[in-house]
Amino acid sequence: MVWIRRIQEPRDNEITPHGTWLNRRHFIGRSAKAAVASALVPGLLSACDTEQGSAATRSSGLQEAPGGPSQDRDWASVRSELDEPLNPWEDVTTYNNFYEFGVGKDDPARNAHSLRPRPWSVSIEGEVGKPGVYDLEDFLTPHVVEDRVYRLRCVEAWSMVIPWRGVPLGDVIRRVEPTSKARFVEMTTLLDEEQMPGQRRRVLDWPYVEALRLDEALHPLALLATGVYGRDLPNQNGAPLRLVVPWKYGFKSVKSIVRIRLLESMPPTTWAVSAPREYGFYANVNPNVDHPRWTQSQERRLGEFRRRPTLMFNGYEDEVGSLYSGMDLRQNF
Amino acid sequence: MRDRAWAVRAGIWVLALIPAGLIVVDFLRGRLGANPIEEVMHRLGWWALAILLISMAVTPLRRITGWNRLIRYRRLIGLFAFAYATAHFLVYIVLDQWFAWGYIVEDIAKRPFILAGFSAWLLLVPLALTSTTASIRRLGKRWSVLHRLVYAAAALGTLHFFWRVKADTREPVVFVMVLALLLVLRIPAVSRKLSDRRRRRTENRNGGHRNARRSGDRVPAPGS
Repeated sequence: MVWIRRIQEPRDNEITPHGTWLNRRHFIGRSAKAAVASALVPGLLSACDTEQGSAATRSSGLQEAPGGPSQDRDWASVRSELDEPLNPWEDVTTYNNFYEFGVGKDDPARNAHSLRPRPWSVSIEGEVGKPGVYDLEDFLTPHVVEDRVYRLRCVEAWSMVIPWRGVPLGDVIRRVEPTSKARFVEMTTLLDEEQMPGQRRRVLDWPYVEALRLDEALHPLALLATGVYGRDLPNQNGAPLRLVVPWKYGFKSVKSIVRIRLLESMPPTTWAVSAPREYGFYANVNPNVDHPRWTQSQERRLGEFRRRPTLMFNGYEDEVGSLYSGMDLRQNF
Repeated sequence: MRDRAWAVRAGIWVLALIPAGLIVVDFLRGRLGANPIEEVMHRLGWWALAILLISMAVTPLRRITGWNRLIRYRRLIGLFAFAYATAHFLVYIVLDQWFAWGYIVEDIAKRPFILAGFSAWLLLVPLALTSTTASIRRLGKRWSVLHRLVYAAAALGTLHFFWRVKADTREPVVFVMVLALLLVLRIPAVSRKLSDRRRRRTENRNGGHRNARRSGDRVPAPGS
């Protein structure tokens, strides 16, 4: 349904002049940089020519309507760093928590066609040297787009393995020059009842707001995703720009971001406000700290029958554990 | 008359099996979504609760409409509610947990919403076991008292649903309201008023003759 609409209506980037969408220069020469990064970042797919190719098609506006994974890679052979296979495109794009389009898991896939992800602008505010409202395409131009395979662990005890495409959040934040006062990064979803009909009902306190501590946001694993499976993000996955923080429960990864604000103090965040006993600010995946209503020590990987044990920090403990040294993770859940 | 009762029973069987049939159809067509176990469990639980509330609506409906024969079908409806609740519970134990008894016991003991659901099912067990005509005869008046457990089961089941949802309480709220209405209709003063009003209407229509009462209730009605 979503895709039919896209075929009928050319997206804005398809009619903008070549080169304004993504500057190709930044894709050339990224291989070396990516090779270094892949040594540090689990889940980073090794860079290859196909990505440059797909970027080129994208800038020439020839990308086909995304009805499935991109054809330039053998996705079936892609594995996470723990040798896990990917969840299929259907799982990733039809099983979503995105209450702005309804609270059912399949509601977003059915309803998110009303979202217009382009043109899109992102407002940078707060404790930064370069505040302003940026057009998304300009905003991303200077950055290297990477494909990364991450586990996504929902607080509801299910999980998936997803090949995201995006830019490291840290790179973006450094570029807007946080001031010495900045300690938190707050991100806000679009507020627009017309595009997001689920917002007509106050299931949550709209707009959806999430935040990270600045050091968490600067961590190389934190990703600002623009795509999945080598395609632009489908609307139901948080088009055109969403956060992906793989060591935290999925609700931290705010979708369809319109504002990034750097702050001196910890901001209130949507789920923590909605049910403070159940959802904390940190929301790190932690098998030892149960949600009051269900266990967090195990999870169902979609597509698998038996539950599997949940890993500390969702399996990214070696990378992110030091961010929380000395902290009581039971208290700061 | 006998034939019509048979037809109504057949109709109830068909209607009550539709949700289960749809689960099978959707399973065969791969339409249960990315998390089929959760979907099946949710649907079975939803219908268990809905059918239970329908079974509890029989008595007030009978009072309002005067169709005393409705009582004949209450047992069947109630047993279908129990069947769905049992299927729901079995899916949890077998498909969701795969007999991980340690986790199951921990779940029931530590999570109020699971405890509520489990208790609701547990309360339905003696009701299903004593649903036979022989039990009804044997237990006599005590049968009615025992079967008042259905109120507790319905309340706990609704609470189970309410506590399960994360933010959108719309559906569980509807269940709560229906349950509240059913309970209000059972307040002696209210239910007496309903029967009186109906009786007056029938009496007026029949010119004062009270021949509207139909016998044939083989299953004794519980206390209001």
